[in-house]
Amino acid sequence: MAENNKNLDLDTFRNRFDQKVERTHWMSLHELADEESFFASVSEEFPQQAVPLQDGVDRRDFVKLMSSSLALAGLAACTVPPEKIVPYVRQPEDIVPGRPQFFATAMTLGGVATGLLVESHMGRPTKIEGNPDHPGSMGATDVFAQASILGLYDPDRAQTVRHLGNITTWTNFLGALGAELKPLKDAGGEGVAILTEPVTSPTLGSQMKAILAAMPKAQWHQWEPHGRDNVLEGSRLAFGGSFASTWYAFDKADVVVSLDSDFLASGPGSVRYARDFMSKRRIRRGTTAANRFYAVETMPTPTGTSADHRLPLKPSDIESFAFALAGAFGVGPGAKLDAAGDAFLKAMVKDLEAARGRSIVIVGNDQPASVHALAHAINAALGNVGTTVFNSDAPDAVPAIGRESLRQLVADMAAGKVKLLLMVGVNPVFDAPADSGFTAALDKVPFRASLSMYYDETGERCHWHVPQTHYLESWGDARAFDGTAAIVQPLIAPLYNGRDPIELFAILADDANLPYDIVRNYWKSQRPAIVFETAWNKWLRDGVIDGTAYVPKPMTVALGAIAPSMRSGDYEISFRPDPAVWDGRFANNGWLQEMPKPITKLTWDNAALMSPATATKLGLVGDRGLPGEGNERNLHLWSRRAPMVEIKVDNRSLKAAAWVVPGHPDGAITLHTGYGRTRGGSVATPKETAKGGGFNAYTLRTFDGLGYAVATVAMTSGDYQLACTQLHHVMPDEREIVRSGTLEDFVKNPALSAAHEGPHSGEMSLYPKWESETGYAWGLAVDTTVCTGCNGCVIACHAENNIAIVGKPQVLVGRELHWMRIDTYYKGGVSSPAMTVNQPLMCQHCENAPCEPVCPVEATSHSTEGINEMTYNRCVGTRYCANNCPYKVRRFNYFQFSDWDTESLKLMRNPDVTVRSRGVMEKCSMCVQRINAARIDAEREGRRIRDGEIRTACQAACPTQAIVFGDVADPNSLVSKLKAEPHSYRVLEEVNTNPRTSYLGAVRNKNKEIAG
Amino acid sequence: MQIFPRSANAIARASIVGGAAIVGLAGFLLYMLQQSPYVTQQKVALEQPVPFSHQHHVSGLGLDCRYCHTSVETSNFAGIPPVSTCMNCHKEIWTNAAMLEPIRASYRSGVAIQWERLHRTPDFVQFNHSIHVAKGIGCASCHGRVDQMQLTYQAMPMSMQWCLSCHRHPEKFVRPRDKVYDMTWKADDQQALGAQLVKEYRIQSKTNCSVCHY
Repeated sequence: MAENNKNLDLDTFRNRFDQKVERTHWMSLHELADEESFFASVSEEFPQQAVPLQDGVDRRDFVKLMSSSLALAGLAACTVPPEKIVPYVRQPEDIVPGRPQFFATAMTLGGVATGLLVESHMGRPTKIEGNPDHPGSMGATDVFAQASILGLYDPDRAQTVRHLGNITTWTNFLGALGAELKPLKDAGGEGVAILTEPVTSPTLGSQMKAILAAMPKAQWHQWEPHGRDNVLEGSRLAFGGSFASTWYAFDKADVVVSLDSDFLASGPGSVRYARDFMSKRRIRRGTTAANRFYAVETMPTPTGTSADHRLPLKPSDIESFAFALAGAFGVGPGAKLDAAGDAFLKAMVKDLEAARGRSIVIVGNDQPASVHALAHAINAALGNVGTTVFNSDAPDAVPAIGRESLRQLVADMAAGKVKLLLMVGVNPVFDAPADSGFTAALDKVPFRASLSMYYDETGERCHWHVPQTHYLESWGDARAFDGTAAIVQPLIAPLYNGRDPIELFAILADDANLPYDIVRNYWKSQRPAIVFETAWNKWLRDGVIDGTAYVPKPMTVALGAIAPSMRSGDYEISFRPDPAVWDGRFANNGWLQEMPKPITKLTWDNAALMSPATATKLGLVGDRGLPGEGNERNLHLWSRRAPMVEIKVDNRSLKAAAWVVPGHPDGAITLHTGYGRTRGGSVATPKETAKGGGFNAYTLRTFDGLGYAVATVAMTSGDYQLACTQLHHVMPDEREIVRSGTLEDFVKNPALSAAHEGPHSGEMSLYPKWESETGYAWGLAVDTTVCTGCNGCVIACHAENNIAIVGKPQVLVGRELHWMRIDTYYKGGVSSPAMTVNQPLMCQHCENAPCEPVCPVEATSHSTEGINEMTYNRCVGTRYCANNCPYKVRRFNYFQFSDWDTESLKLMRNPDVTVRSRGVMEKCSMCVQRINAARIDAEREGRRIRDGEIRTACQAACPTQAIVFGDVADPNSLVSKLKAEPHSYRVLEEVNTNPRTSYLGAVRNKNKEIAG
Repeated sequence: MQIFPRSANAIARASIVGGAAIVGLAGFLLYMLQQSPYVTQQKVALEQPVPFSHQHHVSGLGLDCRYCHTSVETSNFAGIPPVSTCMNCHKEIWTNAAMLEPIRASYRSGVAIQWERLHRTPDFVQFNHSIHVAKGIGCASCHGRVDQMQLTYQAMPMSMQWCLSCHRHPEKFVRPRDKVYDMTWKADDQQALGAQLVKEYRIQSKTNCSVCHY
């Protein structure tokens, strides 16, 4: 840049601004349809303009409130409110008041654990970090783990034992259960049924075995709406009858093929897989090779959009594709594909052939068993088994096919065979298949009890409901994707009288021990030969139990004759777990609800997601609301409501709002599950509406159509307001905001600069340069090649910085408070964008920050270390700074968004960060609290801060290590090295803000044989 | 006809000057009020559950500050001693003193004592004891002669202006590290020593907003 300075003259500038530039990266279909109006409409800071108060405060109320607050204003400031100091009576040895402690534990989702380190302030867990020693985490986390801290303190969790809806006690429950159980137990457990999630916890498994030994006729059922049924059945098909667990080593794979698997962002091991996978595509100066990734999928996912080549196919076509792929390797019958699919397949097969033993074919959970079986055969044929793909016995205590298990339970209940039903951590009334008749059958059980975190749809229909502990409140154990076991240790005593599953099972097994002892005793029995106390303490400290990983087991593929079985239709519905609320269990988590979902950027709702062409075909575009292909203009971006479609599967129907997604295959509709709750807390089901947001996809799901269904779809009357953030805080620059290219482009033009880009003004400024007083100069570098857009950073930032949520009505007017957003840009056609680039955007910490000079009260200022500081107590809320920010990263508290009243939420907050009040501006601080803490430690020890010692919350959470923080004044720091890369760029560099945050351009390793 | 007599001129002039003076005076009074102990709570000894005397324990008995305020060198919070610290001695001496009954009661029952906080910073201010101690700021510089306080009070105004007086000119206050806990220490030549220590301890006059506000 510097060498270009001398060439800068007025003519150059004039030419550059006269030039009509087209940006190739687009954000929205609106932009493609009518660029001019698009930029006009987003160029305002708040395009929707001022909105009146929405809470029904009329003029009279307003005057009343104003006068009373004026009267009180004088009094409030006079005296400092008294405060107490309450020291310990006997202080625990290892607690230093004011310094956080970290404890290792693990969180499970779908029975698979991610190891965590939880930050605790004086006994209050406040922040989740990944456990670097745990194979499923490697120090990073996903959104669910990050948001689970809010789940712990959720004031809506069930807090008391209930009997027929009335508050009662645990003792009463035990009495009732004991009385009911006694005769059944004497009869060998006949009539006793237990319904759990799939159990992989070794301790729970051994407890269940003990219970079944004591009551041989009792039935144990396992159900999870997005379980691993097809994975297990697929392995049974492939390996001749035995269930297997499969895991992958993406750090050894040069070619990866995903058949509808979202392995980078959800599902078992995804955090680890993302890290391993991206370790093969860190594009640096001189890089000429990277791994290659082909994705075939229906709904665009963070995984598919990170692929080098993505083939959008509707569900039944994916099956055909899998058969064709198998046919190419001679391990399956083959199938006929269309021309595009065939070309894609041929190029892919060639790559796979060339990477024998260094490739992976991975299949998504919801694909039919046959596809899983074929993948086993293909991986075996490619020699991947044992190098990149590993099999062993399934980890489940008793592996079960969930749908068979649930079907059996419903049949037993309907026949009156079940006398006593215990449900543990499940919500089948909400999430059982629509054709199961679960709810009706449940009503026939004379004694039914549910243990769950919320008094939910199932709890409501049970005689007894017992609050369940959060994982941060309970003892337990859990296995990672590769089998490594970890002890789940509590960080806090149960807040709400919760009980563990282990405690409940102990009662059934007549075990008088406490959960702590039960877990210890189990592991003691497993390791008789060691000094247990030492080992136990080490396990607790490390968060892993050594020597528990699965041992890969040679399994021979013995695949019988299989044929494609999926019916194709004009409209195929794909059911997927929601990226935010999963199967509905996180529906009461406001952080997740307000998180802009990857790709769609919808908040607070799900929708019937479809391609623009499908929307056109259904007549939903243009005047009906959606932008489509062609020139259907819809420029009232903020006020348009989404049209409704009616989806009919067999005789069941669902009306849902339609939404278009670039890259979605035609003739398919994706429905995310977990929405449309009817009971489950004030966020899941707000009081005003008594119904949760979104549309309940479970009403269309059947036992035989858990993953997909053939449907008829038609436009219907009505409309629905969806809150999508894709066009919030858009940078209205008609030049390129992001840089991207193929690996070939990178080799030729390492800067990845676009043709129209002229020289940048570089360091030109009238003002003197910032001199760092301490020698530190903080900066961030973000690698957009490896960013999958999973949102882990966004939620980590929420938790670290006490960011409030604002609710859907406020999101609709662009007032969400996220300090960082992930801007998604597309390149190429709407039906299958060649490139999807995620650019996480937070405050850029400009050295020539436009926000600073416009603040009338100097509430935003520059630290000598280069941080653009925001001083809340000075801010008077003029919003000039936000108005002057070209990056649109400043957020204003229009109302009192932080909840200052709920007691439990006070415990959750990070004590090192101010909780903001109404009327102040806020934004990314580069986690200055972490910088200050590290600086104080370093200064006390009389040394410099080491590179990597400070990790911002976003950086720590990132599974792919896309974000790097450090000292840019130190040329040897990692961040400096990244900034020196040829494809490092700064956003809107031409406006000369000189930001401290830089990005590495996104590179995809395209195969020349595939067009696009 | 003259409505205003000649003297009105003088009154008018006086009222202009007087008006300005009144506004100025009001402003000055407000400014003074803000700094007055009434607002800053300076020198106000609050009633505590036990009338603990620092004078007795520090001057009289010679206890080091860190015997009770254990985390002052490692944490942002200096630490208020748990009841068990009191009982280290009071198990043996003054075991029947009525004044100490709340301490014994707390020790027996396990119910913590609630002390009144004297030094209050607002929630948007982050203060760290350990770094100040490490950089040679004596306890007495901020807390006054605690060793002479029979009942403890806040000796300094604890206003931002007061914080900045040292952050802008640390050389006026810094002392050798080994004198941090010395209540009576006074430099012979603070200017010379201060300048030398600022260099030696690498003290940066941290006046960036984000040093305390985030």
